[in-house]
Amino acid sequence: MATDSVKDIVLSPVFKNNPIALQVLGICSALAVTNSMSVSLVMGLAVIAVTAFSSMFVSLIRNHIPSSIRIIVQMTIIASLVIVVDQVLRAYAYDMSKQLSVFVGLIITNCIVMGRAEAYAMQNGPVMSFLDGVGNGLGYAVILLVVGFIRELLGSGSVFGLTILPTVQNGGWYVPNGLMLLPPSAFFVIGLLIWVLRSLNPEQIEKTEYRIVANSKTKIKEASHV
Amino acid sequence: MASNNSIKKTLIVAFSLCVICSVVVSSAAVVLKPKQVQNQELDRKSNIMQVTQLYKPGDDVEEKYAELITPRVVNLETGEYSEDLDPGSYDQFDAARDPATSRTLSGDDDIAGIGRQENFSTVYLVGNPDDPEQIVMPIRGQGLWGLMEGFLSVRGDGNTIVGLSYYDQSETPGLGGEVDNPRWKAKWEGKKIYEDGDFQDPQIQLVKGGASGDYEVDALSGASLTSRGVTNMLRFWLSEGGYAPYLARFHGDSQGGA
Repeated sequence: MATDSVKDIVLSPVFKNNPIALQVLGICSALAVTNSMSVSLVMGLAVIAVTAFSSMFVSLIRNHIPSSIRIIVQMTIIASLVIVVDQVLRAYAYDMSKQLSVFVGLIITNCIVMGRAEAYAMQNGPVMSFLDGVGNGLGYAVILLVVGFIRELLGSGSVFGLTILPTVQNGGWYVPNGLMLLPPSAFFVIGLLIWVLRSLNPEQIEKTEYRIVANSKTKIKEASHV
Repeated sequence: MASNNSIKKTLIVAFSLCVICSVVVSSAAVVLKPKQVQNQELDRKSNIMQVTQLYKPGDDVEEKYAELITPRVVNLETGEYSEDLDPGSYDQFDAARDPATSRTLSGDDDIAGIGRQENFSTVYLVGNPDDPEQIVMPIRGQGLWGLMEGFLSVRGDGNTIVGLSYYDQSETPGLGGEVDNPRWKAKWEGKKIYEDGDFQDPQIQLVKGGASGDYEVDALSGASLTSRGVTNMLRFWLSEGGYAPYLARFHGDSQGGA
């Protein structure tokens, strides 16, 4: 692990080992905040900041964390950083923080942050942990921006608020797809993205871990009790 | 590593972590507080300026607001200005939660679905406070998914609408969310609220398919429940229990002057 180069640490989570596309972590917030690109961008930056700094601080004190309370120690650090990020957004990007509403606070529950603290920062030095956090945050932000691009373009006909396809409501020709503005559409977009990525990189496809048994018989005795 | 797991070490780590984190969190909150309050104020002011249609992009909101707007607190029951409450510090949302300063709405009275209504409301007067060009009133009510909060601005006659805009709503994007669409908001300008000076009964409403006349505005397509919510909240706030006694005074004034 210690021999990993800086470039690998930062870039591999973006393309090869993406936290959303490969590990399928952090999906909940990816569904909620990707209906426009500017919101996705701010959310991406917030997650990069939290992941990077929480990994760094966890790594700094990793030799002093008692293993019995390590998860709660990580959570405390992450939660404090999330509150700081939320306060900063409210002070300097008020409109954004209104749109993101509770989802900044919910970065705490984002599995990527906790996952990196537990999996990487507990074993590696602060600088590398910081970079690992930046890399994973970037991987999250990239997917958010791609999903945000598709949803905003098809749902409101714009990109970063600039009109690309003039919509019918504003006197244009494009009939926007309302589903794209609702959170469930992100499921489809992310699913399709994962499909595309795995078709391009077949080594990302997991091996089937089990086989479904062909037509197993129900036990009549048990069934009669139900 | 074994020493890390002793009870003493665990307690020390837990305690010092808590102290450090709480210092970080509380100092961030305290240091950034003034900036946040300023943002909220600015947000409220720019919402008010936008509904008056006097705001152009690039204007300094603070400057324009200070130049044009005078806030006043109105007693909704009598329609008189309150001398006791300071418009700078009075918070009608707090007042609406306190049983001493609000009334409970029930059943048929509560068409806006807000549960409680404050006894006093802040209004924002544009121009000369004694003979305002426009009166901006806060309104709120249930839409389809949740509470919609906004401002309604009327001309100095208390009857002609200038604009309606929501600063907080959670309606379906693309359908009910079109309440934020400037093209739809533009349809409100010049519409009338009361017929023949009858301030008991507001006539303004949203209608499906082809609004005509002074008292009708096109409903939002594909958003019947949001449109109904908007109609109900206007009916509520512009009727006897809302701003009607207050607005009626302007009607009287203009007749007396003529």
